[in-house]
Amino acid sequence: MMKYEPPLEKISVNIRETVVGHGEKALKIGGENTLPFHFFEGSLPNPPGLALEILDTEPENWAPSVLEPFEDVVSDPVKWAKKCVEVFGAEMLCLRLLSADPMGKNGSAEEAAEITKIVADAVDVPLIVWGTDMEEKDAQVLTQVARACSGKNLLLAPLVKGNYEEIAKAAMEHGHAIVAQASMDANLTKELNIALCKFFPPEKIVIDPTASALGYGLEYTFSIIEEIKQFGLADKDKMMQMPILCDFGGDCWRTKEAKENREQGILWEAITGITFILAGANLLILRHPEALKLIKEMVV
Amino acid sequence: MALKGAEIMKMLPKTNCKECGYATCFAFAMKLATGGAKLEDCPYLDPQVKAQLEAAMAPPIKLVTIGTGENTLSIGEEQVMFRHEKTFFHEPGIAILISDKGAESEIEEKLKHINTFDFERIGQKLRINLLALCFESGDKDKFQALVKKAYQTTEAALILICEDTDVLFSAAALCADRKPLVYPITNENMNVAIPKLKKLGVAAGVKGQSIDAVVSVTSDLKDAGIEDMVLDPGFKNMLEGIRDQTLIRRAALKKGFRPLGYPTIAFPCFMYPDRFQETLAAAALMTKYAGIVVWSQANAHFLLPLLVLRFNIFSDPRRPMTVEEKAYAIGNPDENSPVLISTNYALDYFIVSAAIEEGNMPAYLCINNTEGLGVMAAWTSGKFNGEAIAEFFKKYGVADKVKHRKLIIPGVAKKLVAELEEELPGWEIILGPLEGSDIPKFLSEQWKA
Ligand code: B12
Ligand code: SF4
Repeated sequence: MMKYEPPLEKISVNIRETVVGHGEKALKIGGENTLPFHFFEGSLPNPPGLALEILDTEPENWAPSVLEPFEDVVSDPVKWAKKCVEVFGAEMLCLRLLSADPMGKNGSAEEAAEITKIVADAVDVPLIVWGTDMEEKDAQVLTQVARACSGKNLLLAPLVKGNYEEIAKAAMEHGHAIVAQASMDANLTKELNIALCKFFPPEKIVIDPTASALGYGLEYTFSIIEEIKQFGLADKDKMMQMPILCDFGGDCWRTKEAKENREQGILWEAITGITFILAGANLLILRHPEALKLIKEMVV
Repeated sequence: MALKGAEIMKMLPKTNCKECGYATCFAFAMKLATGGAKLEDCPYLDPQVKAQLEAAMAPPIKLVTIGTGENTLSIGEEQVMFRHEKTFFHEPGIAILISDKGAESEIEEKLKHINTFDFERIGQKLRINLLALCFESGDKDKFQALVKKAYQTTEAALILICEDTDVLFSAAALCADRKPLVYPITNENMNVAIPKLKKLGVAAGVKGQSIDAVVSVTSDLKDAGIEDMVLDPGFKNMLEGIRDQTLIRRAALKKGFRPLGYPTIAFPCFMYPDRFQETLAAAALMTKYAGIVVWSQANAHFLLPLLVLRFNIFSDPRRPMTVEEKAYAIGNPDENSPVLISTNYALDYFIVSAAIEEGNMPAYLCINNTEGLGVMAAWTSGKFNGEAIAEFFKKYGVADKVKHRKLIIPGVAKKLVAELEEELPGWEIILGPLEGSDIPKFLSEQWKA
């Protein structure tokens, strides 16, 4: 009979460890030297970070089953943030600065920074701050936010090819981490990281390959994350060793399937999340507290 | 392990007699290496050499089939660890667990479900293919009755789960022509099981308490001439399952380790009493290499996300899913019907056309060739911008089809509005809903020609 030897694969490099937040509740993500859940052949010092998202503006058109847990707090981002931490056990939050969206209310960068500061002061968990997804506006908004929240080690997102320089400089000056976003392309991800690392500390960069929902492009995100992780770990490419973030709550809850039924919606989001963790995501931004709880039970 | 032509050549008769239909042994060897010829075509191969070659050229993970007819499940023959390296070839089976201890009504309910579950996505049917029938009652007659019922009232492929080997095989005999998977075949029962497996021609669900234990069973079964096996190395939770299934696939693919060259089976149904956790575990175990997941939920809201995940992960990354570029007439539109535009990403076409049909308002759906990219990816890469759409309008004579001048565009494509106003003078550009499935409501509330 042939003898079985477990075909273990030891990897000699690590994904970088990134710290988000400050003080006792600061969270570390990344740091592993193996694939997700591969405790049998490597070390994964930090469980995936799980953030709940809140908006600075009352949400429109949210499906009833995802609005319901927050119904009493959506008009006030501070209350909303506190509920997520105190009631839903969120260890990290993502504040989305919808108020500044040029396609919407188009509030000023100063106002957005002010709201951010108020929320950041009200909770002690780490904070991701998400801009408007509009390159030029985000250059203003996120630099203002960086300044207003100096020293809080926020995670500022998203930085793209067209605006990374200004935002990253402000982040560096005021001690924040950043999210480098390049959509669905390993080469573009690498290019952006190389450009950033010319002046920005690599351990403060998180990669956003852009995520999509189950049934609506999930397979693209799944494969691009696996590919980036292979470049980082198996091929030891230093510019691909940053932790990976996935933001998909909004896309999930927009789907017909999630809106149709509460349990189906929670599973839609939770399965999307765990699939990305399996691919190698280190940080998820979630919308429904039940999806957060479920993923936490399974992976932490 | 794939063999190279030169390696095969060494083992051929080297007489160049041409009887195989090739000019030389070498040409035949090259053809064999790429899968274009069969060993049988050379009449002069020494039987021992032939067996050796066969073994060496077999795919590293055996293709195993369970069930018959439309419900045949084929699993195995995977070639890569990661989807992006090539593709995953065979969708895993999702089995619904039915215990013979369950109430009659519960059993009826589940059997009915397997017959009626039917989801469509992008023109493909998503369905459950298997029933896992489990002996828990301690009553042989009850188990047999369950097997008979499942056999008679459904066409599903069957898995028989029973620790009592006699009961297991007597049940297998009732449905052998359905080609069930019998489980568990272990170190303890295999001597009894081997002749019965051979006689009935059914697949073996091999169980051990570890990968090592599985290897000792599969080696003996193989020596006894049994080919169809599915492996359970006894993992008890998601984490152990990811570990074992990863190591099994790696051993087969990267080490050419034959005793583990079979698909695996996972039982989230026995691992997590909480049905949400069970579903997440099923999702994870399926994504990380299970050939079959056995699952206790016959609830559509729990099943749909799993089916869609399977569909996504097992789609082929080498081929984007597209449909033909064209101005589709959906439901007999006339000159007052709405005009909508979308991409030729198959998902977009199916979502939007289904929504239009659902709303019962006939419409023209312009499907622009974006090489399979969805709305925003196509917009960014210039395949779905003002210019491209204006060209489409000209090419397909959209303006001649309707009297009005209103074009409904996807709600996510706000950035398109200004471009289109410039490229399509005289047309009013209307931003539709963000989500395709909200189109019926949008049309019924807002459409006026
Ligand atoms: C998966 C994906 C890809 C896949 C493409 C998959 C595909 N077949 O389209 C790949 C990997 C190929 C890809 C590539 C790129 N991508 Co991309 N990608 C995504 C991602 C993650 C999901 C998109 C998706 O598939 N959505 C699901 C489909 C079904 O959505 P949809 O087409 O919009 O359709 C829905 C609705 O719009 C509506 N609908 C559709 N048609 C119609 C019609 C009407 C009339 C109405 C009312 C509604 C309607 O129904 C659908 C369901 O609701 C998004 C980020 C995100 N979360 O959105 C980025 C995203 C679209 N990509 C982006 C970019 C920049 C790119 C690239 C240019 C980057 C690059 N590498 O150069 C390339 C371009 C392509 C190229 N040159 O190869 C950007 C676009 C930025 C922007 N301008 O907004 C996005 C938004 C990411 C980001 N935030 O930066 N991408
Ligand atoms: S039949 Fe066999 S021996 Fe004859 S040429 Fe073909 S491979 Fe060579």
